[in-house]
Amino acid sequence: MKAMSTAKFSLTAVAIGALVMAFAHWFHVDYLFFASYTILQFIVLATAWNILGGYCGYVNFGSAAFFALGAYSSVALIKFDAEIDAWFPEGAANVLHHIFPLPIPVLILFGALVSGVVGFGMGYLTLRLRGSFFAIATLAMAVVLQTLIVNWDFVGGSRGAYIIRPDNLEFAGIEINYIEYLFALMLLLAVIALTTARVIERSQLGFGFATIRDDELAAEACGVPTLRLKLIATTLSGAFMGMAGAPFPYYIGYLQPASAFGLEYAVNSIAMPMIGGTTSWIGPLVGAILLGSAQQYATVTISSAVNLLIVGLMLVAFVIIAPNGLIGLVQERLRRKQS
Amino acid sequence: MAAMPVQARMDISFDLLINAIVAGLLLGGFYAAVTAGVSISFGMLDIVNIAHPGFIILGSYIAYFVNINYGVDPIVVSIIMLPIFFALGAFVYQVYYLSFERRGQESLRGLAFFFGLLFVTEVTLILVFGVDYRYVEASYIGPSLHFGIVDLPLRMLVPCLTALGLFAAIELFITHTFTGRAIMAVSQDQLALQLMAVDPIRIKRIAFGISIATAAVAGALLIIIQPVEPSVGREYIGRVFAICVLGGLGSMPGTLIAALLLGVVESLTATFYGPSWAPAVAFGFLLLTLAFRPAGLLGR
Repeated sequence: MKAMSTAKFSLTAVAIGALVMAFAHWFHVDYLFFASYTILQFIVLATAWNILGGYCGYVNFGSAAFFALGAYSSVALIKFDAEIDAWFPEGAANVLHHIFPLPIPVLILFGALVSGVVGFGMGYLTLRLRGSFFAIATLAMAVVLQTLIVNWDFVGGSRGAYIIRPDNLEFAGIEINYIEYLFALMLLLAVIALTTARVIERSQLGFGFATIRDDELAAEACGVPTLRLKLIATTLSGAFMGMAGAPFPYYIGYLQPASAFGLEYAVNSIAMPMIGGTTSWIGPLVGAILLGSAQQYATVTISSAVNLLIVGLMLVAFVIIAPNGLIGLVQERLRRKQS
Repeated sequence: MAAMPVQARMDISFDLLINAIVAGLLLGGFYAAVTAGVSISFGMLDIVNIAHPGFIILGSYIAYFVNINYGVDPIVVSIIMLPIFFALGAFVYQVYYLSFERRGQESLRGLAFFFGLLFVTEVTLILVFGVDYRYVEASYIGPSLHFGIVDLPLRMLVPCLTALGLFAAIELFITHTFTGRAIMAVSQDQLALQLMAVDPIRIKRIAFGISIATAAVAGALLIIIQPVEPSVGREYIGRVFAICVLGGLGSMPGTLIAALLLGVVESLTATFYGPSWAPAVAFGFLLLTLAFRPAGLLGR
């Protein structure tokens, strides 16, 4: 199979996405949009995790924290909008009312900025040390950020925050169903994340990442700027997770710390790439689609706790039995057939 | 408050301070027991067992189950559970060794493996026992000793003393027996150990078994100190690793000092700023240590 160019690749991805969207629109089922939004969100999270975990070999246990950072930076901006009149003199308030409420794409960029900066800071403090320190620090960070949010009344604290989702969005005179709008945004994010991952894989940056994963000491000795590369990966990965989280308050309608920092984000964003395969962008995509749809199905038919247990057991089983994930299994079979 | 003389107000805050420090020391003693296992697995064997808090919570629930159904003292239960947890630890290490360490994949897949274990333990406990807080009953839960202005709740004192006993036993074992010294050696020079005709994998298996066995005791102490629900373990991940890193990896005295320090600072924070901020203290400790003195207080 010949390798596609990046432009062709992203066009194909958009085309597939548009097809899914048209299909859902045609059937006119809102549930289909809700369900596929979650799966797309997991595609972004899994791909983001894989940029650091799969390409560089550094484990981030704090995906839920980065995701929640994105979600809560949106909540903070939405709440800020409500307080403008109380906080500013009339003149400034009038100017601000022209800017606020911010459209979701801007919220997404802001979420990316916040999560990216936090990712960079965490990386700067811990990545110069032994590899496992970064993993431990991300694990601890999730707990602490949750403590901060629970204590921060402005964004709702432990009670949570209600975000009113408009029914429709007016765009160039056309009315768009809001959930379809959110779906389209997440679809775009998924395409961007996958394209970025694929570009990285084939670029000098990706080769640099791979040297870190395979033998960091040797890479350092050969003059690979390992710290800089690791920081790029951490920032990029954190930023994508924040992007995935930013539209979440509008999607869920009522955001509380326990749901934003939910276990399912932490475990799924690790399990999906691990089960799919970590060496290429296809792995997280396959893992997210398979696990994501299976969970949508299982949450409805069984219970959400059982379905998380199944994900956990699958993660343990896959890292022991199939270290290279489903993609690895397929490649092995193909190789055996050829020889 | 406003009508009170200055002297009386000073006394109250002084009482509060002394009691917060004493409570912190008692808490710190307990933290030492919680961290002892990680100090062995992470500090000496270089195995990043983030599932350790999961085993601790498992120990809590076993103590709870036996205590409620048969009325056995939780600490006695945990001592009976020691060999079983040891065997469990040895088994987990064997799986870890065969699947990851031998193939040199411990950094990514080994970590994911332990994360999966932590997760599976937590969700299984939720499925079996639900998310309600559980607690145990024992004669020393409730009464306090009083020395002047200082209160010593037995609910904290008994776990602290048990923890210090456990800690002393581990320290003696490691410094005074052949196996114990071999455990220290395996972290420094595996080849030299092989030349002494010792199987390093066997030593690591024993050490990891001991590490998990301490979780049985730590779990029982935890459920004496506070009611437990399955996700409590996650709060302890930050704490144990912060203590372990701050103390200096693999240094048992360092671990003890760091545990007492964290206990006191957390207790002061909880007293003067409110208990909801306490989990953030450990993280602050961890980041500051990593930023300024990665070798820890007594690190080599």
